[in-house]
Amino acid sequence: MLFRYLFILLILLPIKVFALIEVDITRGNLNPLPVAVSPLDIDKNSKDNFKRILKKENLGSEISAIVENNLKQSGLFNPLNKEAFLQEPDIANLKPRFEDWNLIKAQALVTGKVTFIDEKLRVEFRLWDVLAGKEMMALAFTTVPSNWRRVGHIITDKVYERLTGEKGYFDTRIIYISEEGPKTDRIKKLAIMDQDGFNNKFLTLGNELVLTPRFSPTNQMVTYLSYFRNLPRVYLLDIETGKQEVVGDFPGMTFAPRFSPDGKKIIMSFAKDGNSDIYTMDLENRIVERISNHPSIDTSPSYSPDGKYITFNSDRSGYQQIYVMNSNGKNIKRISFGNGLYGTPVWSPRGDLIAFTKLHKGKFYIGVMRTDGTGERLLTENFYQEAPSWSPNGRVLIFYRESKTNSKGEGFSAKLWSIDLTGYNEKMVETETDASDPSWSSLLSN
Amino acid sequence: MNLNKILKNTFIILVVSLVLTACATKKTSTSSSVSGQMQGDTYTGTDTVKELAKGVPDRVFFATNEIVLTTASRETLRKQAAWLRKNSDINVVVEGHADERGTREYNLALGERRANSAKDYLMTYGISSDRISVLSYGKERPVDSGSNPLSWSKNRRSVTVKAN
Repeated sequence: MLFRYLFILLILLPIKVFALIEVDITRGNLNPLPVAVSPLDIDKNSKDNFKRILKKENLGSEISAIVENNLKQSGLFNPLNKEAFLQEPDIANLKPRFEDWNLIKAQALVTGKVTFIDEKLRVEFRLWDVLAGKEMMALAFTTVPSNWRRVGHIITDKVYERLTGEKGYFDTRIIYISEEGPKTDRIKKLAIMDQDGFNNKFLTLGNELVLTPRFSPTNQMVTYLSYFRNLPRVYLLDIETGKQEVVGDFPGMTFAPRFSPDGKKIIMSFAKDGNSDIYTMDLENRIVERISNHPSIDTSPSYSPDGKYITFNSDRSGYQQIYVMNSNGKNIKRISFGNGLYGTPVWSPRGDLIAFTKLHKGKFYIGVMRTDGTGERLLTENFYQEAPSWSPNGRVLIFYRESKTNSKGEGFSAKLWSIDLTGYNEKMVETETDASDPSWSSLLSN
Repeated sequence: MNLNKILKNTFIILVVSLVLTACATKKTSTSSSVSGQMQGDTYTGTDTVKELAKGVPDRVFFATNEIVLTTASRETLRKQAAWLRKNSDINVVVEGHADERGTREYNLALGERRANSAKDYLMTYGISSDRISVLSYGKERPVDSGSNPLSWSKNRRSVTVKAN
């Protein structure tokens, strides 16, 4: 299924630029913007049809609930309680009575309409500035009914973008490792879900150990480590077709894979005779290139978004530190100099920061630093956490955290967490099972 | 097989071990190791140890972030080598493990180093590299699920298992 062709996007009205509401996302937002998400209007015929197809009582309310939840989770918005709304969805979508919305302190209002046309789902929505009494945006799109949750995410992305000036991250998915069983014998499966935890799917059965899945920038491919037949190797998986293949079939362990920003290469570690170095493989012609060559451990490579540089983890100084080099392996520079050990560097999609895991005095931190190593900022501290992955707009990090067991070795858990770059809005991401090694996809639409 | 290289490696391992043992001894006197089962932070107990064959322990333990073999580890590996020389039809896998106090990817590399550290030592006692494969599990297969220094010391190990 190709996502991008399913949406026919059309702009209802030209978007006029006013000096309207703006949300500043560069600082911690302690006063989230009060926003009213009116249930999307739906006529009786459409309602009945969607009820038949999707088993949803009122698709208009369901979609607005997705938008509401997304906005709330972002930490930047405070969706108001629907019970306080004074205006009916259908009239609000035509012409909101701004005084009424002002009365309940809403600063922005989202309205819309859902219709069933030619077996398809058509959604239009509008974003209003309540104080200025103006329409900020109006969009409509048509898709297959089964895409209804994505419609909610796309609306959120548009609202987020209009109000913050930056792309959203809601129409995205997370690939991760699902974990079950005792700590000494965990069953691990590859799993994928929407960014908000819905549509969870397992991609492997748990027969072999799998670790560290990472999305391709093109979204349909995933690279990960599998212990299939007890040979730890890097694999490539097409999540659309389910086709899998080994890409790191070297005479030793290959691990820590990631895609290059153009999706054409996989960069990974290859360990042989006690030494791990960094290699790339061109997926088209299968040409393998050695990038680093040092008797120390070199691992966790991650490209800069322009593909010119690679950040990686090495213990060549005696302890784990973060380094940056040119993509040809030249000009290696250490960038982490703070106290403690540093690992898992990941370049931000915006290019300006590197996220990392730090171990210092028995605590684990997720932090960020500039690409020259200056401006180190620790976002969160815990007993154990690691493996940050960036949201596609570079504003949020998702990572995993493991709990300390009790004196009997019981009570182990692994969960996904997310935190804003600002250090605010730290929260657990609900998953069906225990979870680790999250990787955030880029936006599915656009 | 490059005998020179092997001899050189052994020498380095021996020298480094001597230096480390010296440090470790000093540390123990101050930190009075957990219930006498650790020296420095290397596990010295027998709780989790199994036998590869009668009188031949299957595993050796490492200090945090280390791949250096202790005196006790070398003794265990010499026993394994002697047994492997006697049973020349048996091949082994040396599994390398790390504790949970490190990032997953670094630990995979560290486990591989530890397994190779044990493998290299077995080779210096005449076991052919063809008979020994290595497999790193990183921190994926702890034997002790505790979140404390003693549990972690049991998990920093390389285990020799029969492959056939």
